[in-house]
Amino acid sequence: MNIAKWLGLTALALTVGGTAHAETVKIGVVLPFSGANADLGYQIDKAFDLYVKLHAKDIAPHKVEIIKRDEGPPTGAQAKTVATELVTNDKVQILTGFAFSPSAIALAPVATQAKVPMVIANAGTAWITNLSPYIARLSHSMWHPAYPMGAYAFDKIGCKTAALAYTDFPPGKDSTDAFKAGFEKAGGKVTESIPLGSPVQVPDFTPFFQRIKDAKPDCMYVFIPSGAHATGVMKAYGELGLRKAGVKLIGPFDLIPDNKLQDMGDAAIGTIVMSQYSVNLDNADNKTFTAAWHKEYGPDSYPDFMSAAGWDTMHAIFDTIKKLNGKVDDGAKVIEAMKGWTANGPRGHVMIDAATRDIVMDEHAMEVIRRPDGKLGVNILSTTKAVKDECKVQKIGRCGS
Amino acid sequence: MPHFAIIAVSILFDGLAYAMFLFITSVGLSVTMGLMGFVNLAHGAFAMAGGYIVVSLTRTLGIGFIPSLLIAAVTVGAVSVVFERGLYRRLYKATDLEQVLLTIGLAFMAIATATYFYGPIPKSVPLPLWLQGDIDLGFRTFPSYRAFLIVLGLFLICVLWYGFERTNIGAKIRAAVDNRRMAESVGINVDLLFTLTFAVGSGLAALGGGLAIQLFGLSPSFAVLYLVLFLIVVAVGGLGSLKGTLLAALVLGVFDTAGKYLLADAGGFFVFAITVLVLLVKPAGFYGRE
Repeated sequence: MNIAKWLGLTALALTVGGTAHAETVKIGVVLPFSGANADLGYQIDKAFDLYVKLHAKDIAPHKVEIIKRDEGPPTGAQAKTVATELVTNDKVQILTGFAFSPSAIALAPVATQAKVPMVIANAGTAWITNLSPYIARLSHSMWHPAYPMGAYAFDKIGCKTAALAYTDFPPGKDSTDAFKAGFEKAGGKVTESIPLGSPVQVPDFTPFFQRIKDAKPDCMYVFIPSGAHATGVMKAYGELGLRKAGVKLIGPFDLIPDNKLQDMGDAAIGTIVMSQYSVNLDNADNKTFTAAWHKEYGPDSYPDFMSAAGWDTMHAIFDTIKKLNGKVDDGAKVIEAMKGWTANGPRGHVMIDAATRDIVMDEHAMEVIRRPDGKLGVNILSTTKAVKDECKVQKIGRCGS
Repeated sequence: MPHFAIIAVSILFDGLAYAMFLFITSVGLSVTMGLMGFVNLAHGAFAMAGGYIVVSLTRTLGIGFIPSLLIAAVTVGAVSVVFERGLYRRLYKATDLEQVLLTIGLAFMAIATATYFYGPIPKSVPLPLWLQGDIDLGFRTFPSYRAFLIVLGLFLICVLWYGFERTNIGAKIRAAVDNRRMAESVGINVDLLFTLTFAVGSGLAALGGGLAIQLFGLSPSFAVLYLVLFLIVVAVGGLGSLKGTLLAALVLGVFDTAGKYLLADAGGFFVFAITVLVLLVKPAGFYGRE
């Protein structure tokens, strides 16, 4: 009798106390920690770590356990292997990271089969979010900056003609397609579109840029993944004197990632990009974010658009854990809870579109300048509020399926 | 000047500059592979080390770019002797696979070390003023840095040619490449010769690494990313041949540039197409022994 009573009480206590029961949520992080693009992984990972460090108390009594794996080169093969291991062996409940589109594309079927939510912190090919109902994207689609840049370049920068150059892998094609759509709609003329080789090739851009210089378009729109290639583009552009020749350099944020800008030198000054983030962005959350970043990683380390997206990604995951009270075993529920998530972050006001599971955020046209303190920075030229992924809005190509 | 001539000159100029970088960096690899049959996949790591030494010397200590290049080449050349005597020597008689494992391991360790000390972000170097502008030839301007690269390359080619063809040591190296056992049996100390060429080759690689910073930017992945190019140059040129390496660098540099300029759509495909074509016709490379 006593034992039965005791058991009953315990059961009661467990049911009542269920709300206070601490869960440990296992999160698998897949980012490139080795190879030519390791710095992209670290830019995102540092933001993850910083968020977890500063906000672990927000989800108390629940905890997160983060398991990190190397995404490897931008081909998708290694990412698929390590993420599958994370799901089957480590039993992670949420997958996040993914710097490269090929990784996210390769992983989508795994997320669908395992019913594990995949929260993308970078990979930007527009149609990735259509590949699985378990994908939510906190970073960007290539169309977010590239499509509005088309009209802006024609109307405001004075590009009547433009040459396009891109790294030959899915987001490169996507970014130039998006720019072309916006640019031609506004009345501009694309003179040519040059693939710059694969992301793992040596960044020797001089012959390509010399060709563009000789063709003399008003502007050149360049997409490269924001790793070592961004520096290579700036070197070739500066060395060939393209700006003096009257060819303006424009593109998405990948051209001038904040953490590499200081090393790019004067060649970068005058470059105009469309971007959702810069360390110079003037909002309260960004000030807190950059201050915390410098405190943690030193005054010479800068967050960039990928770090800002990484911060918002972890923010969304934490809010979802809180909302579901730590019960994140059902992947479908997690994704459902993320739909319509909204917050203020380093990029300003951001939201997950409930219909597409993709981000909605502001885009800014920015010009690289030498700031009064002698460092390179950007000047915000104009802002477009609440930009959606235009590829899915207009249902273009694979974005429509 | 007619339009096509301007284009041809542009391509030749850019291609030549690129070829000089390829030659300077790869020639050491070719000679050491020809001499000892040793597969040194850490060659790119020596080049990268040179690059980072130049970065430190110019940016931290404020030493000029040109003196820094020299210091980097000499330092890496000297340090490479330690590696050769301490590690490589043990595997001369081992199989290719073991040599590859050792040297690729060294390359990965070099990448990790560089990432630890310099971070993964690409570095740049301050150049002296006379290397920053461009040279105007009326019909086209040429970046002075690339012109400097061509002049330096030609100078080094002359020095190496003289050393290889006209000095006693050069004759011994050629003899050892042709037939090592015969050379040893007439009293040439091939071991010592090898250490010497290894040091010179690594020093040149370091010089190439320093020169590459301004061309492509320098990041830790340099050690492996560019290795593919160096190996292509060596394979196309033929092992152990100075002439072959030079010809391969020129052909690859100029045709790659021409391909990228004239048929931009084909992108980075050209360098591989040329490699396949040359190796189909001459499997041992231009000047390799069949």
